[in-house]
Amino acid sequence: MFETLTDKLQGAFDKLARKGRLNEKDVDEGLREVRIALLEADVNFKVVKEFIAKVRERAVGAEVMRSLTPAQQMRKIVYEELIALLGKPAKIDLSGQPPHVVMLIGLQGSGKTTTAAKLGLHLRKQGQRPLLVAADIRRPAAVQQLEILGKELDLAVHSEGTSVAPPQICANALRRAKESAYGVVIVDTQGRLHVDEQLMVELEQMKGQAAPSEILLVADAMTGQDAVSVAQEFHQHVGLTGLILTKMDGDARGGAALSMRSVTGVPIKFLGVGEKPGDLEGFYPDRLASRILGMGDPLTLVEKAQEVFDPEQALKMEEKLRTASFTLEDFMEQLRQVKKMGPLSQIMDMIPGLSGLAGQIPEGETDRQLVKIEAMISSMTPAERHDPGVIGGSRKRRIADGSGTTVQEVNQLLGQFRQVQKMMRQVSRGRTPDLLSMFR
Amino acid sequence: MIGRGKNIEQSLSRTRRSFFGRIGGLFSQTDLDERVWEELEELLIQADVGVTTTVDLVQAVRDESGAQGLRTPSHVVEAVQQRLLAVLGNASSPGRSQEGLWVILVVGVNGSGKTTGIAKLAKYHQRHGRRVLLAAGDTFRAAAADQLKVWARMLGTDVVAHQPGSDPGAVVYDAIKASQARDADTLIVDTAGRLHTQYNLMQELRKIHRVIKKQMADAPQETLLVLDATTGQNALSQARYFKDAVDVNGVFLAKLDGTAKGGIVFAIASELGIPIRYVGTGEDVDDVAEFDPERFVAGLFAE
Repeated sequence: MFETLTDKLQGAFDKLARKGRLNEKDVDEGLREVRIALLEADVNFKVVKEFIAKVRERAVGAEVMRSLTPAQQMRKIVYEELIALLGKPAKIDLSGQPPHVVMLIGLQGSGKTTTAAKLGLHLRKQGQRPLLVAADIRRPAAVQQLEILGKELDLAVHSEGTSVAPPQICANALRRAKESAYGVVIVDTQGRLHVDEQLMVELEQMKGQAAPSEILLVADAMTGQDAVSVAQEFHQHVGLTGLILTKMDGDARGGAALSMRSVTGVPIKFLGVGEKPGDLEGFYPDRLASRILGMGDPLTLVEKAQEVFDPEQALKMEEKLRTASFTLEDFMEQLRQVKKMGPLSQIMDMIPGLSGLAGQIPEGETDRQLVKIEAMISSMTPAERHDPGVIGGSRKRRIADGSGTTVQEVNQLLGQFRQVQKMMRQVSRGRTPDLLSMFR
Repeated sequence: MIGRGKNIEQSLSRTRRSFFGRIGGLFSQTDLDERVWEELEELLIQADVGVTTTVDLVQAVRDESGAQGLRTPSHVVEAVQQRLLAVLGNASSPGRSQEGLWVILVVGVNGSGKTTGIAKLAKYHQRHGRRVLLAAGDTFRAAAADQLKVWARMLGTDVVAHQPGSDPGAVVYDAIKASQARDADTLIVDTAGRLHTQYNLMQELRKIHRVIKKQMADAPQETLLVLDATTGQNALSQARYFKDAVDVNGVFLAKLDGTAKGGIVFAIASELGIPIRYVGTGEDVDDVAEFDPERFVAGLFAE
């Protein structure tokens, strides 16, 4: 079973004294697990090596704080160092005289065109007047793609077809921006390999024409070990000012971010988190650190929950919890809302301590369960939903028949519901419920 | 559009050079000491083979090194190569033997290189004397159908496309009918890029697969997952989800012309039994080749 780093560290330290200083042997034991976690997250081998050395230096001889176990102390040091390495979030530089030029560069398929549109929308929301520039003349239909996105979002697009050279397009776009008072010019460039000398020279020429205040490397969060050479090459040729990590809505751990940060030293400015134009987020080092270490991402979970849960309903639910009048109907309502957040296995992955557990449950099984539960509750009368106590043998048979399930499954549901009620009472008394028991 | 064709040899030589530059020490040593094993591990991990697969593999070779009489680093490299080849050999490919329409469904995450890959596959099949038709099943991404049409014009083939935002299932339905009416023998179906964790989009993909199956029980004969060679460990997760949804039976490894090695394919072959079928190595339609395990493995180590 995949364990979270905290569990692994705990395991490694269980044999050791509970307090005192971290000695060399303890630290090395723990760092072995950290190394594996980072490599599994696609952090580059060399970056991992450097990172481990740094943590080791700090950890050996460190005093274990009174309130922590050695494992927790170790985890704390790793986490802090990781956050330090990931750096602070930074905004788009809009200082100085407009128009400000933002160039988006990167490998093929990293998400530059989509990001250009997202960034345009983001800057407009901040009161800017952006101009998108279609400077990718090589990928078939890339110009149309940006034009369509611009039209959909009502953002101005500067395009000159596919026969004008990109550096010239940049120069023309800049002139247009000055004449028509566009404050920000976002240049979508062609995807190119970092080892393609000819195209890297073209990029340098574009830089010369456009005098950008930002050159952002758009990189796929799923990138593997090669992220270091990609970032390094682009940085050496044109001097990056920041990174945008795309496709963060998948299940990649995103270790490439750490690799690219450590070879370029430039800040991470945004994360792409979906296909919709609004799916561009700021970067939070603590969240990304948790994700890279495989410790779950509770904050994203909270945000996801906030998206689907109606605050008014949440208040009502809270009231019900306090008065312990939580019924099967409320239970179903909650399940429906949870379902809106996505497949249960994904949600579980975001909960620290549960991540990894999801992998043990057959794909789609939890979601099939939810469908069954909904069917069973729908087959109950309002009175039954309100007070499951009245459900006897013949009612169970009727519910099973009505929902296409078995009496055993109805029994299971009623049992689970009693569990939840018990948990709710614990919560209302201020105790942490045993979440795991719900899924067993 | 400017085609800048690069042949496979060239791109592989780039792979070799960068590898050699990094691990030159491994071959200059004559003794089999701890450093050799460490460098071997480093080489494989940096090729995205994955830490678990790497450690297991190196340990296995190490365990047998005494019995097998492995005394020099090059003996060890050879033994590792044999094991890697065995992993790739485990995953078998569907052979094209039957008559009639051959349907290829192409799937993958956003930006993996599906549309370019399809153009290359179309050219590949044309070279084998087949009549190819394309289906613009990506009705979501802006200008995706246009992109396919540009390629089709270059290749002199037709595209079946509907309005943006329309049902991809309907596109596929029409495309199969059109293939039969126009006597095409190879239909390549493009689909919208989707992250494997997006539940609803994966359901949509299942539906496209069902629509094809309903019309032709033995189709799609090939379901190819297009994988970006620069992808790290997440590729295994991608392959797992896509296989579960639409029974992927081959990988198209795209963008192997950079410095990335695509080492994750070993885990995909060994854990999921999915073979690597094609390799894409550039931006030109001709930059495609059938996967050659020996060259791929040698590329990881070549001096």
